Amino acid sequence: MAKNDPAAVGAVQPEHFAFDAESEAKLAVILKRYPPGRQASAVMPLLDLAQRQMHRTTGSGWLPLAAMDVVADRLQMPKVRVYEVAKFYSMMILQPIGRYHLQICTGTSCWLRGSDRVAEVCKKVAGIENFGETSADGMFTLSGVECLGACVNAPVLKVNDDYYEDLDAESTEKVLEALKHGEHPKPGPVNGRQASAPEGGPIALASLTFDKAE
Amino acid sequence: MAKVTVDGIAVEVPDGCNTLQACEAAGVEVPRFCYHERLSIAGNCRMCSVENAKYPGRLVTACVTPVRDGMEILTDTPAVKAARHGMLEFLLINHPLDCPICDQGGECDLQDEAVAYGRDYSRFSESKRAVREKDFGPLVGTAMTRCIQCTRCVRFCAEIAGVPELGAFGRGEAMEIDTYVNHPLSSELSGNLADICPVGALTAKPYAFVARSWELRKTDSTDVFDAVGTSIRVDSRGPEVLRVVPRLNEDVNEEWLADKGRFAIDGLKRRRLDICWVRRNGKLERATWPEAAAAIEARISRLDGSRIGAVAGDLVDVETMLALKDLLASYGSVNLDCRQDGAAVDASRRDFYLFNPTIAGIEQADAVLVVGANPRREAPVLNARIRKRWMKSNLPVGVIGPEADLTYPSQAIGSGPETLAALLDGRGDFAEVLKKAERPLIIVGQGALARPDGTAVLAACWKLAAACGALTPEWHGFAMLHTAAARVGALDIGFLPKPGAKGLPEMLHGGVDLLWLLGADEFDVGAIGKDTFVVYQGSHGDRAAARADVILPQAAYTEQDGTYVNTEGRVQRARAAVQPPGEAREGWKILRGISAYVQKPLPYDDAAAVRERLAAANAVFARYGVLERGGCADQAGPAAAGALNGAPFVPPIANYYQTDPISRASPTMAECARVHAPQPAPVAE
Repeated sequence: MAKNDPAAVGAVQPEHFAFDAESEAKLAVILKRYPPGRQASAVMPLLDLAQRQMHRTTGSGWLPLAAMDVVADRLQMPKVRVYEVAKFYSMMILQPIGRYHLQICTGTSCWLRGSDRVAEVCKKVAGIENFGETSADGMFTLSGVECLGACVNAPVLKVNDDYYEDLDAESTEKVLEALKHGEHPKPGPVNGRQASAPEGGPIALASLTFDKAE
Repeated sequence: MAKVTVDGIAVEVPDGCNTLQACEAAGVEVPRFCYHERLSIAGNCRMCSVENAKYPGRLVTACVTPVRDGMEILTDTPAVKAARHGMLEFLLINHPLDCPICDQGGECDLQDEAVAYGRDYSRFSESKRAVREKDFGPLVGTAMTRCIQCTRCVRFCAEIAGVPELGAFGRGEAMEIDTYVNHPLSSELSGNLADICPVGALTAKPYAFVARSWELRKTDSTDVFDAVGTSIRVDSRGPEVLRVVPRLNEDVNEEWLADKGRFAIDGLKRRRLDICWVRRNGKLERATWPEAAAAIEARISRLDGSRIGAVAGDLVDVETMLALKDLLASYGSVNLDCRQDGAAVDASRRDFYLFNPTIAGIEQADAVLVVGANPRREAPVLNARIRKRWMKSNLPVGVIGPEADLTYPSQAIGSGPETLAALLDGRGDFAEVLKKAERPLIIVGQGALARPDGTAVLAACWKLAAACGALTPEWHGFAMLHTAAARVGALDIGFLPKPGAKGLPEMLHGGVDLLWLLGADEFDVGAIGKDTFVVYQGSHGDRAAARADVILPQAAYTEQDGTYVNTEGRVQRARAAVQPPGEAREGWKILRGISAYVQKPLPYDDAAAVRERLAAANAVFARYGVLERGGCADQAGPAAAGALNGAPFVPPIANYYQTDPISRASPTMAECARVHAPQPAPVAE
């Protein structure tokens, strides 16, 4: 997606960024995890913290340059080192993004189980044509990602921090419409299945009956 | 020590040394891209894979593998060969085949190693990667599609230059080298990126598409743009100097060169004086050598020695200064000055004006006090040595003078002489640091001396050095940092007013009737007396030439053999790489010719005789290049006069890129000054 396009960096950058009280409280806890003089190790949690604060306060969870500068100052490391980290990991989003980041698995298992249809529904609901685009209302950004590690529940859609699993066209639309209306559908399998247990049971070894061996 | 064998050759190497170094010790060549002996080890190009005989078929990366006693290294096995084939094939997948138009062509590590270790065909038929063009500023040209991601440049910026501005962004095939975010490199050592880049990704921008490396004639020489005396190689073709690159000299510059020395050379082709000029009826007119000499004779023969004076500039070679000194002596004049900035100096002993611990000796210092200097601007290569020392283990650096980013942490302890006085009294934290240090280093800049109380500051600095134990028979920690390449040589031959004679301030405002300027442009030319007859002998039509009554065109440092003494007192030679333009002649030859015309011929007819005269004037000129570091034999300090005043020290160099006639004539340096002088506005903060 376009989030790593250096030409776009700086186009919509806010002038200032500062950690708010809520983030500061978490930040103090994070910094304590690292021995004195090794504070630079906290760069990734701090970048994540900044990105979450952006999501909380602006509805768009991305990392402006100003936030990376603040992190660099906090950890007393060169700005370029922070920027290197942010550019390396695709979890760090360097451009404004929709309120809900839809990451659809396009790996083999999900594809076999119909991820194409899930993607189509996402595009239809968001009103966009391609991966990497953001809907006009700023609600959804759609990304295609490789394996999310939940092949048993394919196809999988990751919405911000939550996984929605065992999707089909209908259930996907339901989830997205709910999100649109400000609701928060229950994450996990949408077909009533418990976690990754077999569909329709059994859900525990205790409920199994075995024929006695002769 | 560890005993290892490399391809059957037994060598003994220090413990902790890596396998690649062991191979080098055995004289076995191992190809590499990312490894550089002066940078930290990255181990990401995998080109230096070798085999350990104990584990046949398993490759080890030589640069990151420490040697073990009894190790048997094989560099010539089928597995190693296959690995090299493979690595080169991978590297060349995304490397454009634009060698015919690449500036690095002919001196490219990738080219050489592809020929020596690669296959002669490619199996890759897909489309290649292309990378968006970058802008690193006016000096470093980029063609990042050629980048092989060795990250040498990133490490150079972070470790040697001390300006962490380059980074490797993105990952995998999409990884790119760029600055944070799109601003020009601010290091004074950025030109070295072109040297350490093993491919043509980072090149010298002003040299782009200028020449192929095999067309160049290479001349070993010495840099004159600062007082470090960096060893350089001047590459020329026909009448033109096309580029300057550093030479390896562990004692002085290691393998680095400051940007001004590398890129100001396009100033050698502009604003040159290539013909004599004589002022007739208030207007400068072209003249021949005899006409110019006649104009000088008409004036000089009527004058008494005390009414004749000479000022030497910052880029002048010792031979020329000595010839002028001799010429003036034949008129009985001792009105000589080499200090356009008016710096206080006591030339009675050589160690009063030298960088005594030597540049290599910086690495043994354990505390540094910088007085009235900004080594980063005044001597970037020397500053890199201080940074190298700081990288090794924490080095306390105190600065008296304007605050500046020296590329390593420094403590601002004051702004003027009162802090010096406080340190002498043992007040302040840094006095403790200096006292505790075994080998303290006190760097005295020209900013501390070029002021009315300079003599007192000089004496106070020496006293401080003596008080904190910097002057011992083993260690001489008094280090004067000069800014002008000509200065130490001038002091060595006594190009200074003798007591009672006139210095530069006395020569101005009509103090002399004939003022001979040897490339001297760095003082207020408007202060020369209205009726003073000015002879300007130099290479560039700069400030002073416009005021001159006679202009004598002289060769620049790349056009004549000349001796320079660096700030350590190391006698070095710059050599002629090209012919001087037009009528311009070598400096001492001009003076020899004039002396014959005025019938006071100087007693030397060739370069060898000048050098003999030089060695007779001062024995230091008998030996070139070598320098022995000594301790301090005599603690008695330079003569003190007057009291310290309270004014803060002012840095002698405001604009690093334009300090002399050559760099002021250089469009590249003008562009750098434009980009860097007003600090670039912070991007999107």
